[in-house]
Amino acid sequence: MKCRKCGDTAALELRRHNAAFCSPHFLEFFQKQVREAIRHHRMFPPGTPILVAVSGGKDSLALWDVLLGEGYETAGLYLDLGISEYSVESKAKCEAFAAARGQKLIVERVVDAVGAPIPEVQKVTRRPTCSACGLSKRYLINRAALDHGYRVVATGHNLDDEAATLFGSVLHWQTEALARQSPMLESTHPKLVRRVKPLYRLSERETAAYAFLRGIDYIVEECPFSRGATSLAHKEVLNRLEAVSPGAKHNFLFGFLDKARPAFERAQDVTLMECVRCGQVTTGELCAFCKLSDQVRRRSGPHA
Amino acid sequence: MKVTLRYPKRQVEIAGKRRVKDLLRELDVLPETVLVIRGSELLTADTVVGEDDEIELRPVISGGRA
Repeated sequence: MKCRKCGDTAALELRRHNAAFCSPHFLEFFQKQVREAIRHHRMFPPGTPILVAVSGGKDSLALWDVLLGEGYETAGLYLDLGISEYSVESKAKCEAFAAARGQKLIVERVVDAVGAPIPEVQKVTRRPTCSACGLSKRYLINRAALDHGYRVVATGHNLDDEAATLFGSVLHWQTEALARQSPMLESTHPKLVRRVKPLYRLSERETAAYAFLRGIDYIVEECPFSRGATSLAHKEVLNRLEAVSPGAKHNFLFGFLDKARPAFERAQDVTLMECVRCGQVTTGELCAFCKLSDQVRRRSGPHA
Repeated sequence: MKVTLRYPKRQVEIAGKRRVKDLLRELDVLPETVLVIRGSELLTADTVVGEDDEIELRPVISGGRA
């Protein structure tokens, strides 16, 4: 297979674009897609300091690498979830990435904020692990951004993540989630920072290829709690569809963003308040994170 | 050829040469879910891999993210 641009041996085929690229031209394509995402959604103007939420995985480190290449002023934020060896290794990957590029890495520990590491939160609350983890991440990322003076947080969500989330929301007709799903979530309250997903135009395979070709040392092993996660089942369904109908995931997500999302967005009208305990933004009196934290502290006692 | 797979990490020995797309089909791996790596290069579906090659099928799917 030959590169569409130079005719050299291709490194990656992109069936949904009916194209293949050699390594340098694939990297160029990747960077162009990120630039287009930022431009199209006016995610942030040049000069805006950006906090990049990093997990040590391919997506977030690829994102950080591209933003640095584009000349943005960034810092990384790593949330230590306390998931044994997985967290130790993923944190080491983030630290090595930041150190090699002379970048600042902010580290927050879930155990300090919620009262227990994620595995214990799951045990005492009986919530699905990914649900408690996701809630904690959203809360802590926003809080860390405010604490460190960042108004924009970038996450490594890719096309597959977004298509799988959309698929899950449609399966259950979660209209509130459908209204919220977007490559850019604007700040709607002084205590909520803007959240952006500059990789949403790129598939998971493309972010992995970018990380590999750029020599980024990322954690290949998956979080042990992700085994059996519903999002993986949704991704498998979509990838089976993609195999017989290239572009299916792209069309599903982009069709929703262009044609359907505005209708769901109009239907939503929520009043934002500040949590009586922690002061973060919520729709009730006590925010979901404080409720989770209460539950954990009641049942598990103090942690180091 | 030696093929390394993950989840769980294992190595399988495959005899004879074939195209990457046929190798993936034989191993029941969806092309969209892996990078096919030989040394420092990525291989496309039509690449023919041979007896002496060492291939890694590196999964690209992350899950559980809320």
